[in-house]
Amino acid sequence: MSETNSRPAAGARIVLRDVTKTYPGQAGPAVDSFSMDIAPGELIMFVGPSGCGKTTTMKMINRIIEPTSGSITIDGEDVLSLDPNELRRRIGYVIQQIGLFPHMTIAENISVVPKLLSWDKKRTRDRVEELLAVVELDPKTYAARYPRQLSGGQQQRVGVARALAADPPVMLMDEPFGATDPITREKLQTEFLRLQEKLSKTIVFVTHDFDEAVRLGDRIAVLSERSQIEQFDTPANILANPANDYVSQFVGHGAALKRLGLIPVNQATLGPAVPVRGAIEVGINDSLRNALDLLVLSGGTPVAVVDAHGRVVGSIDIERISAVLGAEIVPSALTGARP
Amino acid sequence: MTVQASRDLATAFGTASNRRGRYFSFKRIGTPVVIVVVLLALYWWLSTLALDSIELRTLNWDYLLERTFEHLRLTVVASAIVAVLAIPAGIALSRIHSRAVHAIVFGIANVGQSTPAIGLVILLAIVWKLGFEVALVGLVAYSILPVLRNTLVGLQQVDSNLTEAARGMGMRPLQVLAQIELPLAIPVIVAGLRTALVFCVGVATVATFINAGGLGDMIVNGLKLQRWPVLITGAVVVSCIALTIDWLAGLAEDLLKPKGL
Repeated sequence: MSETNSRPAAGARIVLRDVTKTYPGQAGPAVDSFSMDIAPGELIMFVGPSGCGKTTTMKMINRIIEPTSGSITIDGEDVLSLDPNELRRRIGYVIQQIGLFPHMTIAENISVVPKLLSWDKKRTRDRVEELLAVVELDPKTYAARYPRQLSGGQQQRVGVARALAADPPVMLMDEPFGATDPITREKLQTEFLRLQEKLSKTIVFVTHDFDEAVRLGDRIAVLSERSQIEQFDTPANILANPANDYVSQFVGHGAALKRLGLIPVNQATLGPAVPVRGAIEVGINDSLRNALDLLVLSGGTPVAVVDAHGRVVGSIDIERISAVLGAEIVPSALTGARP
Repeated sequence: MTVQASRDLATAFGTASNRRGRYFSFKRIGTPVVIVVVLLALYWWLSTLALDSIELRTLNWDYLLERTFEHLRLTVVASAIVAVLAIPAGIALSRIHSRAVHAIVFGIANVGQSTPAIGLVILLAIVWKLGFEVALVGLVAYSILPVLRNTLVGLQQVDSNLTEAARGMGMRPLQVLAQIELPLAIPVIVAGLRTALVFCVGVATVATFINAGGLGDMIVNGLKLQRWPVLITGAVVVSCIALTIDWLAGLAEDLLKPKGL
């Protein structure tokens, strides 16, 4: 085992200062004076409508697009003064179309960056096996296959493995799950969250799907035209207190429900234990959204809350859920729960 | 590599049957069979004829092999020069995004192809000299266009997402070209070379007019001296060479096509 294989490199701090991109021949800038501070290990979501400049902003971090002005630093190092090719080898990059090279096997695709970094064969091979295992693809089955022989979801996992190959501290992801069907997408998101828990890379993740942003992000930047930041905060805060009409519009209906999806049952003050009726029970670590779902099924009578061992530790009802959010949100939450 | 290939075939059953279909297609087997049958028929027909002294001077193995060799040499050397000139030129063009430059280069290449080869060769002979080199220049001018065009098109049709992914991973522009773009463009480039080779076989017959040999000698002599067996032998052998080269180039196309496509 080589040194980088044993412990993954944790994330780096990314600081953008007044980053601006103006394309020649266009009146206004595509990205206008964008500033942001990203802590090491944070998963930042850029959300906004198409054409708002979110992808352009992200692509300036690895200089696929060169900023017109402003500064970008990664761990204090000025990105614009580095050789762009060497810079990119230290930044994982996943694009929506995945971009696996069709004439290379899965193993060769994952080895691209290690080869550019002149790793020796054994180290590269070990790393490929390790990464395929990380994204839950059996190396024996998949290493020698070509991308065409994999399903969309499998290709996307290889795309993530390829971006992780040289264990970069920073990852840029451009709607990586955008082209997959809803079921695969949810599965990939869950896997991705679990992976990030272990790796804690600094990730900039672009999406136009607000629900995906809520599900994955540590913080969400809601962007409008020219990549203006309308609000930059945690998912819970954006859902609870949208900064303006633009953000509320983006959050859409059912904000309370989305918030409940982020809060575990143990955050609520539980009521007295009740017997489990008709197998309707909710785990203490499940989300309040699940609890509400069960309450709809139970007809509003309190639902038993069980711990990891299946022991009833209390009960939950509508009032106790709304107490977590603040009472005024209850009516809309109920509206949202009814199909 | 072979182990890997067979495993690929085993894992992807649909692919395996597709490939098998291609390896045993009529074109694969049929073309060489047709060539052999035609040549045997020609040989049989000639052996039934009583040839006069004029015919015997050309219809013998030494003469025939020498003309065939000259013909092949012209074809192969001209195609090699075309490859060496047109592929790098096509690559260079793909890096230049100016439409004006593209138009000028393709204009010139078009003139080369649309000018009748015989006119070009004879004009060159008048202003320069007779012989092999002049014939070569004529052939190259005539067959450069398909290779140039296919190299450019082959590179342009590579998915821009792939080149962006490659750049995003830190490949230098030359590495993107060598490791991603060229391998993916190879089938199209080889198809262009195949066209050029077949062009060359046909056009090399005009070399006879400027004393550069080849099977054109037999066709023209047969016509001039009204010796149909000579004319027919020349024409049939040229056709068979063209078919053989096309067949070989087809095999090369399949072999050079990157796996995984």
